[in-house]
Amino acid sequence: MITNYIYLAVILPLIGFLINGLLGYKIKSEKVIGWIGSGVVGIAFLISLLSFFEVSGLPVDERKVIVPLFKWIAVEGLDLSFSYLIDPLSLVMALVVTGVGFLIHVYSLGYMHGDKGFWRFFAYLNLFIFMMMNLILADNFVLMFLGWEGVGLCSYLLIGFWYDRKFEKSTTADAAKKAFIVNRIGDFGFLLGMFLIYKTFGSLNFDDVFSLATNIPLNETTITLITLFLFIGATGKSAQIPLYVWLPDAMAGPTPVSALIHAATMVTAGVYMVSRSSVLFVQSEITMMIVAVIGAFTAIFAASMGLVQNDIKKILAYSTISQLGYMFLASGVGAFTAAIFHLMTHAFFKALLFLGAGSVIHAMHEEQNIKNMGGLKEYLPVTYKTFLVASLAISGIPPLSGFFSKDEILWETFATGHFFLYLIGLITALMTAFYVFRLFNLTFEGKPRFPSHIHPHESPKVMTIPLIILAVLSAIGGFVGIPAALAGEKGNLFKNWLQPVYEPAETFMLHINLYSHATEFLFIGISVIVGVAGILLARYLYLQNIKPIERLMNQFKKLYNLLFNKYYVDEIYDFLIVTPIIKVSEKFLWKINDTLIIDGFINGTAELINDIARFIRRIQTGVAQFYALIMIFGITLIIFLLLL
Amino acid sequence: MIPLSFYLILSAAFFSIGIIGVLTRRNAIIIFMCIELMLNAVNLSFIAFASFFGDSSGQIFVLFVMAVAAAEAAVGLAIVIALFRNKLTINVDEVNILKW
Repeated sequence: MITNYIYLAVILPLIGFLINGLLGYKIKSEKVIGWIGSGVVGIAFLISLLSFFEVSGLPVDERKVIVPLFKWIAVEGLDLSFSYLIDPLSLVMALVVTGVGFLIHVYSLGYMHGDKGFWRFFAYLNLFIFMMMNLILADNFVLMFLGWEGVGLCSYLLIGFWYDRKFEKSTTADAAKKAFIVNRIGDFGFLLGMFLIYKTFGSLNFDDVFSLATNIPLNETTITLITLFLFIGATGKSAQIPLYVWLPDAMAGPTPVSALIHAATMVTAGVYMVSRSSVLFVQSEITMMIVAVIGAFTAIFAASMGLVQNDIKKILAYSTISQLGYMFLASGVGAFTAAIFHLMTHAFFKALLFLGAGSVIHAMHEEQNIKNMGGLKEYLPVTYKTFLVASLAISGIPPLSGFFSKDEILWETFATGHFFLYLIGLITALMTAFYVFRLFNLTFEGKPRFPSHIHPHESPKVMTIPLIILAVLSAIGGFVGIPAALAGEKGNLFKNWLQPVYEPAETFMLHINLYSHATEFLFIGISVIVGVAGILLARYLYLQNIKPIERLMNQFKKLYNLLFNKYYVDEIYDFLIVTPIIKVSEKFLWKINDTLIIDGFINGTAELINDIARFIRRIQTGVAQFYALIMIFGITLIIFLLLL
Repeated sequence: MIPLSFYLILSAAFFSIGIIGVLTRRNAIIIFMCIELMLNAVNLSFIAFASFFGDSSGQIFVLFVMAVAAAEAAVGLAIVIALFRNKLTINVDEVNILKW
């Protein structure tokens, strides 16, 4: 059983990290470093793939293997071990993480070529894969949390990778800190959720918790609190309202990092966690509603900000937040399969978009403003074609992958009776198609707008081949999840594959089958029309004729400024949270509490002792006879006391 | 027979003279001799009690005290000599550098 060796897929990246991290600075050859880094992830992918085939060969109800590695924490009432849970869900995640991860590693060989931190970069990436694998393969909450924190650390290290570079108004280090601190708020929620789970169920192992949650009736308030706390954790890691603010700034990191961590894998950890705890979430209607509403609003909110941004990576960052919103929308309406399906296809096309953007940035010599690009399709043919595939996929054009997954989410939202959320999702789909093709048109189509001394050049093979592979995946990845209306009940391979994981959760869900397949076709039609409309609108506004868009911008200057300044959320957070904390820290905690009270106590104690000593030390005269006199007084006193 | 109290009063008188000598004199050797006087005052009361109660353990104790006093005299005089060599004085109030 290769599945029993799945821990190799976790440990190999760790070994890669140790080799590159400890010895990397001595290895002069980029090839050696890069291929160690990519190789271990590639092998991890192969192991995951073999396990996948093996597990898929098993009967459906046996597709759950626990691979114990070693005991971790064994104390009274708490028994945790490093053991990995292999089931359909974790296998999908492992394949996405190692597969997309491997491609991005290879791409980085080209992208990071010549960087002075080359070895450091690959060490961090390997560490990230190690932590991410722990997160998704963990069989208990604590090990998951270890991975959760670990990926947060890697995210921090990689956002601040170019720590000596400026980023917007400050430095990349500030962006890294922002990501880390905002994530910490979410992690606090996750921790509270774990504590409450332990208090309620007496265990943190997935098996125990979920089987208990399935079989015993639970207090409504408790389960709502648990799931809400867990969801706060998810909003931090997966960049949802109100904790999404770190993700746009996370673009300070190198582009492969944005692709791997801030698009394809780490930010989906929250979706995975909700999916993994589906049994808990479905038992609280309130939480499910909150998850769905937050997801939908994040989707439209982020998409609207993406409409007007000019930084190629920023647009993609807002797009990522928006797409993650879709996944939470799906989770919130109980369509966990659709959420994971979108997670997978999104990993393909968003990684591709980011890597394509990286290729463009590379070609343009670190230029990121799409206003200064244009006409790049002649210079970057491969990037152009792959980027087009990804753009069509994210816009939901059939038969590309994004169409199937997004449409499933929209359909499930509607079918479960959330018409308003469906509408938001649909408008978001329109916006998505629009901003992606705005980006696409401004970058690749039209006339060049960059100065003539820049000669863009296509990226080397090591970068374009991952692009091509991802383009193929983005194109055909959706066929594993063809909706039942098109391919029959057996046709949706992805859904059938994940079904056993969600069976416990489904016992708590109401199954309403209000709508016929005909209705579903209608809705598929609507989604496609909306996607096409968005694309055509972007084409009309940004290619054919530039006048209408300028008129629009002037007409809605206020709205445009609101969007362009991201609803001033950063400023509001600054005003409401950051500045007060800094002010209170400075005026009270530092100037009063620390300087006056704490220092006062300590220095006061020392001074008091000093003062007393200054007086008392006078009895130490140095004359032995004086001491003898005191001794005699003392002895006389003792004798008197004894006699009395 | 002389009553016990006579011996004890004499012993207390010696002891007090010794204490006063130790506390008031400056010359280290005289202080030293005063200490010997105190020791011997104690010896006297030991002997007096031993003879009065007919118990020989007091007399044995006196032998020990004399032995210890001899050893102490040797060490003490050595200290005095060392002191004189370093300070050219044996006045204890002039040897007061061990202070605040």
